[in-house]
Amino acid sequence: MKYNVNSNGFYGDFGGAYIPEMLFSNIDELRKNYLSIVEKDSFTREFNFYLKKYVGRPTPLYYAKRLSEKYGSKIYLKREDLCHTGAHKINNTIGQILLARELKKTKIIAETGAGQHGVATATVCALMGMECVIYMGEVDIERQRPNVERMRILGAEVRPATSGSRTLKDATNEAMRHWINNPDDTHYIIGSVVGPHPYPDMVARFQSVISEELLGQLKKVEGRDYPDFVIACVGGGSNAAGIFYHYLENPKVKLVGVEAAGLGVSTDKSAATTKLGKKGVLHGSKTLLMQDENGQVTEPYSISAGLDYPGIGPLHAHLFDSKRGVYVSVEDDEAMNAGIELSRLEGIIPAIETAHAFSIFDKIDMKRKVIVINLSGRGDKDLETYIKWGKY
Amino acid sequence: MNRINKLFKEKKDKILSIYFTAGYPNLNDTTEIIKILDECGVDLIEVGMPFSDPIADGPVIQHSSNVAIDNGMNLNLLFNQLDEIRKITDIPIVLMGYVNPVYQFGYEKFIKNILKCDLDGLILPDLPLDDYINEFKPIFDRENLSFIPLITPNTSEERIRQIDSNSNGFIYMVSSSSITGKKNSFDDKQIDYFQKISSLSLKNPTIIGFGISDKESFEQACKYSKGAIIGSKFIKEISNVNLNESIKNFILSVRS
Repeated sequence: MKYNVNSNGFYGDFGGAYIPEMLFSNIDELRKNYLSIVEKDSFTREFNFYLKKYVGRPTPLYYAKRLSEKYGSKIYLKREDLCHTGAHKINNTIGQILLARELKKTKIIAETGAGQHGVATATVCALMGMECVIYMGEVDIERQRPNVERMRILGAEVRPATSGSRTLKDATNEAMRHWINNPDDTHYIIGSVVGPHPYPDMVARFQSVISEELLGQLKKVEGRDYPDFVIACVGGGSNAAGIFYHYLENPKVKLVGVEAAGLGVSTDKSAATTKLGKKGVLHGSKTLLMQDENGQVTEPYSISAGLDYPGIGPLHAHLFDSKRGVYVSVEDDEAMNAGIELSRLEGIIPAIETAHAFSIFDKIDMKRKVIVINLSGRGDKDLETYIKWGKY
Repeated sequence: MNRINKLFKEKKDKILSIYFTAGYPNLNDTTEIIKILDECGVDLIEVGMPFSDPIADGPVIQHSSNVAIDNGMNLNLLFNQLDEIRKITDIPIVLMGYVNPVYQFGYEKFIKNILKCDLDGLILPDLPLDDYINEFKPIFDRENLSFIPLITPNTSEERIRQIDSNSNGFIYMVSSSSITGKKNSFDDKQIDYFQKISSLSLKNPTIIGFGISDKESFEQACKYSKGAIIGSKFIKEISNVNLNESIKNFILSVRS
C-alpha cells in the first residue's frame, strides 16, 4: 500500500497524532481498538444494515447525458446527494456512532462547517438515543440556518464557536476542548479525514463504501470497474477519500481533488490549501496547512462553508505531494456557475461544496474519457447562498 | 546541572511557577515581566509562545495569545527579547507552546536559539513522544536542557514511566481532565491521583498545573507535589496600566 496509511498512522510524511496528553488516552483507545471493532462481522453487518435500510444505499451511479454531451466525455454522477440527510456525511456518522457504542461512550460531540456533518451526527444520535452537542462557527450558523434548525429539531444542542474566524477551524478547536474536558463518557465524531490518527483512516474506511459500490456499478455499465477520472471536491476531503479509496493503488485512474479558491488564490480570501499551504500541524495531524511565515494558521475563505478549512486531510496532502492526485482550485463564481449549469442540464441542484467539482471541465482535458464525479451533497441547505449570489 | 535541576535540588516544596504569554499585554513586556516575577521570588517562569489555535487552552489564554499575535509577537522577536535575559536574572526559564510555530521556525534553529539565550527547557504539549525522542532528545541530553512532559489523570502508569524515563527536569501534572483556566478545588478523585503519582517514585519531581488560581489552591497543590503552576489567573491579573504593581500584588497574594 503506497498511498494508504502505514502502521504508524502516517501517509508518507503526513498524518500522525499531534495531540496534547489530555487527549492521549482517548486517541490511544481508538487507535488500539478501531480496526478490531470495524472488522468484526457483527459490526459490518450492522453498519451495512443501516447503510442500506436507513441511509438508502447503494446510491445510484447516474449517467449524466446532457452534461456528457456538452463536454464530450462520459460523465457519471455518484449520487451521494440521495443519502438520507442529503450528503455522504452520514456514511461516517453511522460507522462512528456504532464504534462509540462499542467503546461504551454515551455522549457524542462533533464539529460542523456547512452543517451537513452536524445534521448527520444529530441524526444518528437521535437514532441511537445518545446525547449530542454540535460545535459550529458563528459565521456558519448565520449562512447555514436551515441546517442549524434541523440539528435542533433532531434534539442536538448547537454551540456557537466564537473565536478566530468563527468557522469550521474554530468549531473543531472547540470540539477538541470539549473532549479534553469530558474524556471519559464522550466520543468525538470528526466529520472529515482530518485530525489525529486513527481518524483520517477511520473516516476514509467508513466513506470507502462509495468507491466500493462504484467498482460494481461501473463494471456493469462500462465493462470495467474503474473510470479514467474520479473527481471530488476537497475541504478536509472525506467525500474525495471515499470515492478515491479503492482506486488509490490503481495508476490507470486519475484522482482529481477540487479545492475552493474563494475569491482567487492571489487574494487573501481563499481556501486552496495545496496552492497556499505548507507542511504544518493542526488539529492533531501533520498536513498541508495555510499559515503565515510564523506558523500562525491563516483564516480561510470560501463561499461554501464546508470547504472553508485551512488544511486538508493527510491522505490528500500525501496524494498531492507524491503527485498521485491532481488538485485544482476553483473560485466562488466558477463553482456557483457550475452549480447552476448542473441544475439546468440535469435537474440537480448541488451543494455549493459539490458544485466546485463540476467546474473543472475547462481546467483538465478529459475529452472522450470516462469520468465519475462524486455528487457529494444536495443544495437544499444552500438556497439562501444561491439566492444571495443571484446570477441565475 | 541546569537551573531547573538545581532549583528542585535546593528547594523541596512550594515551588511557584508562573506562565505568561509573550507579547501580552504589550509586545515588549516580556523581559519586564520576567524581571518583576524574579524580584517577587517566583521560582520558575514559563514563557508562552502564542499560537492561533491553542486547543488545550481556555478563553483567557486564547485571548492573550490572539492579542500577542496581533501585537506582532513571533519566535524571532521573542528570541531577540530574551537574548540578554541572563544579564538580569538567573531564574529558570522554559518556553511553552504548540508544535506548529516551532516546526515552521525549524527545530534545529529553535534549539540553537534556546541555547544562545541560555534558557532551560521546553514544554510542547502536542509534540508526540516519538518526535521528541527523534528530533530533540539527543541534543537536549547533550546540552542538559529540560523537556517537560504533561501527565493527566488518564495517563496510564506504563506511559507515565515511559514519559518519566525520557524526560528530565520536572513533570507537569495536569490536575484534572481539563483545558487551562478552569477553577476548581480538588476532589477525592484528584487527590487519589496525586497520591498515586507520588507513590510511583518517579525520577522527576512533579508540579501541578491547571486550576491553580490563588493562595488556597496553590497551597493545596503543594501538599501533593513540589509546587504548582499558575497561568490563566496570572494573565487575568496583569494590568496593562501598572505591570509592576499588578504582578507584585498578585504574587504576594499567593505567597504571603
